[in-house]
Amino acid sequence: MIFRVCLAVLAILTASQLQAGEIAPEQRRSAYDTMSAGTRAMQDDDMANPATLWVLDGEALWSQPAGATQKSCADCHGDAKISMKGRAARYPQFDATTGGVVDLEQQINYCRRERQKATPLAFESHELLALSAWVSLQSRGARIEASTDPAAQKAIEAGRRLFTERRGQLNLSCAQCHDDNWGRSLAGATIPQGHPNGYPLYRLEWQSLGSMRRRLRNCLSGMRAELWPQDAPEYDDLEIYLMSRASSLTMESPAVRP
Amino acid sequence: MARALINVPPRAKKGDIIEIRTLISHPMETGYRAGFNGSLIPRDIIRSFVCLYNDIEVFRAEFSPAVAANPFISFHTMATESGKLTFRWTGDKDFDVTETQEIVVE
Repeated sequence: MIFRVCLAVLAILTASQLQAGEIAPEQRRSAYDTMSAGTRAMQDDDMANPATLWVLDGEALWSQPAGATQKSCADCHGDAKISMKGRAARYPQFDATTGGVVDLEQQINYCRRERQKATPLAFESHELLALSAWVSLQSRGARIEASTDPAAQKAIEAGRRLFTERRGQLNLSCAQCHDDNWGRSLAGATIPQGHPNGYPLYRLEWQSLGSMRRRLRNCLSGMRAELWPQDAPEYDDLEIYLMSRASSLTMESPAVRP
Repeated sequence: MARALINVPPRAKKGDIIEIRTLISHPMETGYRAGFNGSLIPRDIIRSFVCLYNDIEVFRAEFSPAVAANPFISFHTMATESGKLTFRWTGDKDFDVTETQEIVVE
């Protein structure tokens, strides 16, 4: 309830203080910077970071044969520590064959379907999160680079539009919180800039690992907006835009967030 | 299958205070939450954790529904002799996981 009241107050507040435009690269901050010392300590130590439980399962799945071909990820990609280094920092990507944007989870499922001839893993399933955590871990410390692929620009533009568009019963846009009011308080929590530099991440509120898509759905319901279906292209556009908006930050996957 | 992570220093000097850290995957379902049909989701938690050092109990913890998922436990003990540390988590739904680690004390 307090949260809802605060959202309403914030909506009134921001109406008078609308600032157009994005966060300048030198002002970009990972949400890590505003986390409590305890949460930071959890992320800093792999032994204390519960995401490690998924990472270890992902490492095992990486070399486990699957599907009609009985091939494992390792059979094609070899050692993930080498072949997947820095890869997650460049996802989502524009995929020429499908003409759409694919994020890391969709890429893993593409491989399963087309290369391993296996059934795709369900969104947010333990196996899919485990594999994406294992792959993303290999990008820890990598710098996020905005996609220069001309074909991706259309999706980035669409994502930017979605980000600045007001929606939901609270009539809020993502930008009103994450561009205009980051660093300020919302019901006792600091509003982060909203950079996807740690996904999949262990969220204390979820008590579990979750994907960027889960977080976006979370935000949408917080704005009391209608959720797009799980496989809607809107999420892809938002994800690819958010990655371009986070360029110059370093990857922390799998991170811990409150 | 629950996955457990245990961190014990592999070597220690006799008399040293050593830190032991454990992390185990578990949903820690409180038993107070309602499911989609309105009925309560049955409680499913770890009830107890015990650490044995060469079969002598050095640490024990009782868990309650308020403990977070994937519980992380950190505690200290004194390195007395080389041997085996045994960790056992038991709980609802016949949850029973035992892990061991070796330690060399010089």
